Amino acid sequence: MTTNDFLQTAIYLVVLLLLLKPVGSYMAKVFAETPNGVLRAGRPVENLLYRLSGVRAEEQMGWRRYAIAMLIFNMAGLVVVYALQRLQQWLPLNPQHFGAVTPDSAMNTAISFVSNTNWQGYASESTMSYLTQMLGLAVQNFLSAATGIAVLVAVVRGFVRRGADSIGNFWVDMTRSTLYILVPFSLVIALLLASQGVVQNFRSYVDVPLVEHTTAVETVKDAAGNTVKDAAGKDVTKETTVTTQTLPMGPAASQIAIKQLGTNGGGFFNANSAHPYENPTPFSNFIEMLAIFLIPAGLCFTFGSMVGDRRQGWAILATMLLIFVPLALGAVAAEQAGNPALHGLAIDQQASTLQAGGNMEGKETRFGIAASGLFTAITTAASCGAVNNMHDSLTPLGGLVPMWLMQLGEVIFGGVGSGLYGMLAFAVVAVFIAGLMVGRTPEYLGKKIEAHEMKMASLAVLVPCALVVICTAIAVATPAGVAGVANPGAHGFSEMLYAVTSASNNNGSAFGGLSANTPFWNVLLGLCMYFSRFLLAIAMLAMAGSLAAKRHVPPSAGTLPTHTPLFITLLACVVIVVGALTFLPALALGPIAEFLMSAH
Amino acid sequence: MVRLIRSAIVMLLLLTAVTGVFYPLVATGLAQALFPSQANGSLIEKDGKPVGSTLIGQSFTGAKYFWGRPSATTPQPNNAAASTGSNLGPTNPALADAARQRIDALHAADPDNHAPVPVDLVTASGSGLDPEISPAAAAYQVPRVARARGLSESQVQAMVAMATTGRQLGVLGEPRVNVLKLNMALDAH
Repeated sequence: MTTNDFLQTAIYLVVLLLLLKPVGSYMAKVFAETPNGVLRAGRPVENLLYRLSGVRAEEQMGWRRYAIAMLIFNMAGLVVVYALQRLQQWLPLNPQHFGAVTPDSAMNTAISFVSNTNWQGYASESTMSYLTQMLGLAVQNFLSAATGIAVLVAVVRGFVRRGADSIGNFWVDMTRSTLYILVPFSLVIALLLASQGVVQNFRSYVDVPLVEHTTAVETVKDAAGNTVKDAAGKDVTKETTVTTQTLPMGPAASQIAIKQLGTNGGGFFNANSAHPYENPTPFSNFIEMLAIFLIPAGLCFTFGSMVGDRRQGWAILATMLLIFVPLALGAVAAEQAGNPALHGLAIDQQASTLQAGGNMEGKETRFGIAASGLFTAITTAASCGAVNNMHDSLTPLGGLVPMWLMQLGEVIFGGVGSGLYGMLAFAVVAVFIAGLMVGRTPEYLGKKIEAHEMKMASLAVLVPCALVVICTAIAVATPAGVAGVANPGAHGFSEMLYAVTSASNNNGSAFGGLSANTPFWNVLLGLCMYFSRFLLAIAMLAMAGSLAAKRHVPPSAGTLPTHTPLFITLLACVVIVVGALTFLPALALGPIAEFLMSAH
Repeated sequence: MVRLIRSAIVMLLLLTAVTGVFYPLVATGLAQALFPSQANGSLIEKDGKPVGSTLIGQSFTGAKYFWGRPSATTPQPNNAAASTGSNLGPTNPALADAARQRIDALHAADPDNHAPVPVDLVTASGSGLDPEISPAAAAYQVPRVARARGLSESQVQAMVAMATTGRQLGVLGEPRVNVLKLNMALDAH
């Protein structure tokens, strides 16, 4: 690794840590039980929304009602996104005249955006109208993120409230997340991105003449759509001279801002944040990376404030960093080492003052290795899934890092809200294990952890694990699953494992070689995304409901303090052990096998 | 339950108006007012007509032009309406084959150059539209372009230097050379 690789990583972490406290304490104000300046400023807009939609803001919901409101709201969003895609050819703001999206792809995309996954089976530039992008996809970028934050806040209230039968009001939490956090932050980020060259307009695509003409090569197809073969069995191709280039346009910056900030990850363009119009400069890349961790990291501070003991929030944050930093550096180091398969050729992969060197396949020159490797680790540690380089072309170990970061359950920062409530499930498991060791009833944040809490926490931890393992097995055993694979050997298995991992942990990034826009993959991954997202949220709300009803237990000599280095280490170990035990066999067949083969 | 469903639908419509209409319109208005050139694609204009974008790479294969990053887009390279990487895995034989063909093409255009080829010149970019190459990749091509154009190497080097950007804020990203700007400057020379 080069000095600059370390430097860029260090600067990122320092800036993130500086922003964490102001952002975290602002969010604590947004969800405060008592009025304050922030809430007073937005009250007219907030009250208008409640009045029009018949919401009684003062109503306190039990966990069941909270969960039902959340599910109905998300189902309504799902229906709208599906309908927009199926009807876009008759709707306005479709300057490229795109037709209706196929039913299976539309269903997959609707679930994908509602579940905060933003897995994209389709190619953006040639599928979705501006209207579908704006009213469907961009809106769900906000609302799925707001849902995640709302559920987190409700879960934290479960720890805070004593002898209560309610955990808050879903409409209020979701509306406040949107109005006070997501929209204003996104606007600032969108303008920063536009200043760097991210497009933001409603023009139709622009044709420009090419300086040097190029040749388009297309395979010839017969009337039935089959490729025509010549006598030697090769595909017949037709060459045409191309004299112009079509530059895509659109309201990209506004959508990219929330795509990063809400850990959504669905690109405006097919190449996502590798596209120069989506991520034009190293500075825009830095902003996009910062936007991914901003809310998940800030919420750790908010959590500490809400439970009245900031050390609890710092402990969770320290656990996340403890796992994130070595893995991020590992990803950068693996990519900087270059690709052994090119060693025999007359290629210079050494880093120098004149080039980044390393494994540049699928990477952009402006990002080189450091800004690509770091982005890869950040986007998969958080459940963002935006990519600024093609993960399918990562070295075997460089590809193992993002895959495993997702498999850890998206709790290393994770999705906005969902990452922290996932981590709280692990924290409950950790205090339970500690309790078993000393033979005491475990407590966390002053609440006794009993059978019901353990069942819900285990469910939250195990549902994504089970989905990944079972659905990868189904894909591998099914011809329709294997048919999508692009690369031979162990890497082909990695493509399938990565896809199911990404969907089942609501990440959304891909080993893009996999042809996943088929009915089989659309349905399989759609189900993974839906069940993982909502089963987990319901389990955590159920836990919160039961915790809220409990009395507060004052800490005693036998209570395990949950803000100490001991607990941080224990929690990190639990996360790593669950992730390693569940997935090492599968990883051995994919990236590890590929690494061992490429080393020879 | 009926009340919840009604609230859900109305709330969805209202928040769609806020996040799907109000927010992008405000962002567009502000971006167009503050950064009109950037928000409209960083277009290069000649006689009032767009002739390219500084952010979107074009494909070059002639000896007198600097070549950019290889592009995996179809049906033609640098197809800006269909951005994509190659998605070839690191151990896929097709990856090494593609790199070998690109080395051969570079050698065919410049038979006397026996230096190892900078890696970014033989590996496909992530977007297929990368507008830039590393300074190493530019330096590798200077002798060929100078010869093809009948210029001295120092003249070409000076133009490369003009198209070169360092790390942003001195530390972020990588130093790089904008290929389209460089080639347009060469043509205008």
